[in-house]
Amino acid sequence: MTSLPSSQPVPESRSASDPPALGGTGPAASGSIAPVALPPSPPASPSEAARRAPAAPLPAAPVPAAEVAGARTWDGSEAPVRPKKAVPEGLWMRCPACGETLFRKAVEQALWVCPKCEHHMRISAATRVEQLADPRTFEPINATVAPMDPLEFVDVKPYRDRIRAAQQATGQNDGVQTGTAFIKGRKVVLACLDFTFMGGSMGSVIGEKLTRAIELASEGDLPLIIVSCSGGARMQESGFSLMQMAKTSAALARFDDQGGLYISVLADPTTGGVTASFAMLGDVILAEPGALIGFAGPRVIAQTIRQELPEGFQTAEFLLKAGFIDRIVPRRELRSELGRIIDYAGK
Amino acid sequence: MSTLTSYTLDFEQPVVEIERQIEALRSRGDAAAYAREIGELESTRDRLLAKTYAALSAWQTVKVARHPHRPQSADYMRLMCRDLCELHGDRRFGDDQAIVTALARIGSTKVMLVGHRKGRSTPEKLACNFGCAHPEGYRKALHKMKLAEKFGLPIVTLVDTPGAYPGVGSEQRGVAEAIAVNLREMSRLRTPIVCVIIGEGGSGGALGIGIGDRVAMLEHSWYSVISPEGCAAILWKEANDQTNSIAAKALALTAADNLRNGLIDEVVSEPAGGAHRNPQAMADALGGWIVETLRELRRFKPETLVRRRFDKIRRIGSLSEGAHS
Repeated sequence: MTSLPSSQPVPESRSASDPPALGGTGPAASGSIAPVALPPSPPASPSEAARRAPAAPLPAAPVPAAEVAGARTWDGSEAPVRPKKAVPEGLWMRCPACGETLFRKAVEQALWVCPKCEHHMRISAATRVEQLADPRTFEPINATVAPMDPLEFVDVKPYRDRIRAAQQATGQNDGVQTGTAFIKGRKVVLACLDFTFMGGSMGSVIGEKLTRAIELASEGDLPLIIVSCSGGARMQESGFSLMQMAKTSAALARFDDQGGLYISVLADPTTGGVTASFAMLGDVILAEPGALIGFAGPRVIAQTIRQELPEGFQTAEFLLKAGFIDRIVPRRELRSELGRIIDYAGK
Repeated sequence: MSTLTSYTLDFEQPVVEIERQIEALRSRGDAAAYAREIGELESTRDRLLAKTYAALSAWQTVKVARHPHRPQSADYMRLMCRDLCELHGDRRFGDDQAIVTALARIGSTKVMLVGHRKGRSTPEKLACNFGCAHPEGYRKALHKMKLAEKFGLPIVTLVDTPGAYPGVGSEQRGVAEAIAVNLREMSRLRTPIVCVIIGEGGSGGALGIGIGDRVAMLEHSWYSVISPEGCAAILWKEANDQTNSIAAKALALTAADNLRNGLIDEVVSEPAGGAHRNPQAMADALGGWIVETLRELRRFKPETLVRRRFDKIRRIGSLSEGAHS
């Protein structure tokens, strides 16, 4: 696989055997993650309905293992990622949620939001940066920081190989981009997690780069924006990953002591150790519509309680109602919303 | 040295055989005549026990950490503390039984004790959700820890959980937020914090009361980002004894591993054959270690303490600064 072009929705199956766009059978469900049991309650909204539509069968070809590993939550749950059809290359594409045939260019111009059902497609960190930052203002920091393999972790495949495969597929060293940027003319520190890199799972690199970003925001008294999109902590770094939760949270405590503004943006999906650390510590927490946000994966919970999960469980809308996020913001309004909050905070 | 425990781990079977023989001799009317034999058997057993426990695999360690007779926080409260004054409730939602908070004295040292509670009997276990705390448990812990900060009491946390509770109510009431807030707040509490993983250190649920100036693990406890079963189920697609065992090793979850990796500060030795064979000796050793550690920490001014705590956490990570191709 070559590097992803920067403006792309996240292809959810990158198996070489994927059929071409609109080829009839359609690309399969998320190639990286096993489908998660969905709540069987009746659909609440068009997008909910779409989501519960039976997903295309999984590809017979082995899925890219680089992602199988990382896309998991730290707590043993299956990665809480809903099965969706991939977005294929080509002039036309299909909405992974409602299945509508769409003109690719138009979807890109709509920031990878389905014009028909408003489904917010997953996007890479590069695309996210491009969407949020004023043109050509993003200056990456610590881009060369790369993962090690402290435990020489080997499951069915060595962690080293998974890292290499993910690096080749994404052109990134690990699953986060950090840097300074301007958003609607306001200077900020911006960090975007990248779900395309081992499910955005947090190991030492994400923990360290985020901590440095927080420290940079402290030093420069700049607003901090972190866009989360992750399955949780990275198992292959075990305790090292776990401690990144402590590290980022401790760094945010200092930033908070200094009166810094931290806006946390939650994109689909935000789960596990990422939710249980920096993602939930924003002074203001925004979420994209329909995003899956939670701690344990829905399947683990369903197994534990042995009953149906409530309708819309662990969606952004669910969290808003439960009082854990401030606002749900559609992607096209995110830039102006961030600018507005920064102004109110006087930063 | 204690006698037989009613629950036997597979790798302890040879030890149990010897203990049976000792018991058989002791129960005879003329036991006095066999004093020498009994003595020999006992030393054989002790040697075997020491040898077995010195060479536990990671997965065996997990089994010891989950031994039904392993001392729990309730036992340490009984065996290690006096003048216990339990404080209930998070002032927001309820009083989670999976986390206990109490004012207590260890020796002459006054502390705020915070610990996971697993329960021993079935009704207790159910009431405590087997040590899996809900958000209100973490919020209760933080509420009491802030109280401790206010009155300059040191905090002692006893970590023993498979993980935070995965349930609807737990998510609805924001377990992730509760843990996240504890991580942030514990990193800046202006009072000494000592944390001990006494049994299971199951990921975020453990870390949620596990940020401290000194973090120790008991010799046969485990601490990791995920349970071996959870890891095996995901990465090996199946959790069975074999994959669990491989996963346990890969996760580097033992006390020795975590110490070597710089993720904890100390390992507290257990009595020969594990804490479950001699809870009183374990409690004495742990109490001694806590008192000594708090004495050391008392030397630091609160701001120094907080700065050192931060620096310790800040250093954790394994990465390279170089560019990749």
